[in-house]
Amino acid sequence: MRVPSSMISWLVAVAALLALPWLVTSDYYVNIASQIVIAAILALSLNLLIGFGGMTSLGHAAYLGVAAYLSIYLTAHAGFGHLAGALIAIGATTVLAMLFGFLALRASGLGFLMITLALGQILWGVAYRWASLTGGDNGLGGLKRPHPFGLNLMDPAIFYYFVLAFLGIALWCIARFVQSGLGQSLQGTRDQPRRMRALGYEVWLIQWLSFVFAGFWGAVAGLLYAYYHQFVSPQTLHLTTSAEALLMVIAGGTGTLLGPVVGAALVVILKNIVSAYITRWLILLGVIFVAIVLFMPEGLVPGLTRWVRALRNRPPADKPADAPSVAKGPAR
Amino acid sequence: MVRTRIFLSTTVLAAWTALTPLQAAEPLKVGFMTVRSGALAAGGRQMEEGLKLCMDEHRGEMAGRKIEIITADTAGQPAVTKTKAQELVERDGAQVLIGPLAAFEALAIDDYIRQTKTPIISPSAAAEDLTQRKPNPWFVRAVGTSAQAHHALGEYAAKDLHYKKIAIIADDFAFGHELSAGFQRTFEQNGGKVVQKLWSPLNAAEYGTYITQIDPSVDAVFAGFAGGNGIKFLGEYKNYGMQKPVLGAMTTVDEGILKRMGDEAVGVISSGWYSAATDTPANKKFVEAVRKAYNADPGYYTVGAYMACQFLNNALEQVKGDISDKAAFMKALRSVNISQSPYGPVKLDAYGQPILDVSIRKVEKKDGRLQNSVIKTYPAVSQFWTYGADEFLKSPVYSRDWTAAK
Repeated sequence: MRVPSSMISWLVAVAALLALPWLVTSDYYVNIASQIVIAAILALSLNLLIGFGGMTSLGHAAYLGVAAYLSIYLTAHAGFGHLAGALIAIGATTVLAMLFGFLALRASGLGFLMITLALGQILWGVAYRWASLTGGDNGLGGLKRPHPFGLNLMDPAIFYYFVLAFLGIALWCIARFVQSGLGQSLQGTRDQPRRMRALGYEVWLIQWLSFVFAGFWGAVAGLLYAYYHQFVSPQTLHLTTSAEALLMVIAGGTGTLLGPVVGAALVVILKNIVSAYITRWLILLGVIFVAIVLFMPEGLVPGLTRWVRALRNRPPADKPADAPSVAKGPAR
Repeated sequence: MVRTRIFLSTTVLAAWTALTPLQAAEPLKVGFMTVRSGALAAGGRQMEEGLKLCMDEHRGEMAGRKIEIITADTAGQPAVTKTKAQELVERDGAQVLIGPLAAFEALAIDDYIRQTKTPIISPSAAAEDLTQRKPNPWFVRAVGTSAQAHHALGEYAAKDLHYKKIAIIADDFAFGHELSAGFQRTFEQNGGKVVQKLWSPLNAAEYGTYITQIDPSVDAVFAGFAGGNGIKFLGEYKNYGMQKPVLGAMTTVDEGILKRMGDEAVGVISSGWYSAATDTPANKKFVEAVRKAYNADPGYYTVGAYMACQFLNNALEQVKGDISDKAAFMKALRSVNISQSPYGPVKLDAYGQPILDVSIRKVEKKDGRLQNSVIKTYPAVSQFWTYGADEFLKSPVYSRDWTAAK
């Protein structure tokens, strides 16, 4: 029996991710990896909307920020335990996603984009202004990382495995969701909303459920974000954070499972590592993004897959020896 | 073959152990967090200039040790600042940090500094609570708190200028709130009254809507702006034909932006813990060096970073360049005492905050350029003004609604 090559590449990828803390020399890179993982969860959740639902949102930082604010406020300032704080933060953020879903899904396309943008900006304004609760632009800190099952999350490697486990669960859940009847019908509403409606599907409900599901994973990312940074400020809720998440999804490849993960790695690495060597790293980010749009408009993951496939299936025409015989091929 | 290898490795090992006593000659690594991209980049550049000037002055050596500065760009974003602090401490092995620029950046790494016990000198972040209600044992500041200089201006406005009614217009963020509250507190304590408080967004495109709201019966307007907003405000204030005198925060007419202003700035009275026009030998030398190197007057950020570097030098000299005992180094850093500096004599209080001379300054045109001429000096001003630490810390931190306008 032959093991499919895709299986092998998956195994290699998983093994590499698990071995990472031993491969890199410094805690700094382990911490960067944790940041990539957290960003990847956020991008995955946004990709549910953009890639599979065709709903481009510019307000996804809302879930990241609200969950982060809530968990820090509840555990560090309101005296809740870590588990209670985490559960309430994720629960309340999911409820917020339900509410936002009601509002935003009244429109589609550009209207949807603008409503999510507006809702996100409202939250940013609240965080900025409600200083007694959020600390205003000085932000909110003081959170200690929890010790679940006796694990010391202050250790960078252990924290990395902790967030990696969440990424694994997120990937599995989202993959299952996409393959499920609901996920399939969501892709149906993306491509043919009117036909789906004619077939008797409740398009709005399908979109709303997916919206809430995406909000839930955004909240999980927010919780991990709070644990990682132990600090949150209005910047987290800002439009730039939403736009960055959108960039990760588009750069990596919308509607693919791994695209957002690759996109998250790209953006986080550029922002944190490359910026140490290149002062004008924002320009580099722009150039890379333009290059992606020009050469692989579908995103890095589908684009590279296409290139690899094209290379493999390249007609042997390029080989100089027997070029003439094959190049003619079947008559045109 | 094997034997030669063993022989080689033992020699190397022996050589290495022989070298360890010389460790003190190893360069001391200083992580410097600045901002090179985004809205705060102008201040970041001035910080770099100030730091470079100080390093050049010491020829890259302090207390007999080479100093290696490792610079990181935080982009003015709290999340990036945290990563950059990790980069400097964990990857590059920085033993001391200088930075970051903004208060929210300093707060974002507050927990991290405590965990890693890394001494940090703040060259600009002014948030009051960093050295008040949430003092960090590893943190000292080289500049004034938001309100430190503005307590003095409040008293000056009431006692010396005899203003009774004032309207405040300031940037709507923590720094603006804190400096306005400090001004208001001492102004009202000395019989004045703040009748109006207008908060304009940090990224306001124009100030017309705010200027037209100003109560016409006030004696003067207090303008508390940061960044480049002072330029925009004063320009529009003049264009609207406003005649009321303007009092400014230190950053409203900072030297860093003064060169981009015109006659509209002349006559603005402000207070600050520094003025480029201060007439002392130490400051004259400093200003000349900055003018020569960068063709500009030193402002808030230039002085802040320059002095942060001088603090480092002073502390290192106290411990003779040996930073291995962090607690001892921190103690030295907390007992920094410099008698002559661009901003005058300085020592630190128990919270790691400088006690500084504060000057009342008036914008004047001299030799074709605008300058903040010193018209009065309040010597050795504490962050707690005259209230004393205990009484001061009892009240909540200055905020947007610290006291409403009457």
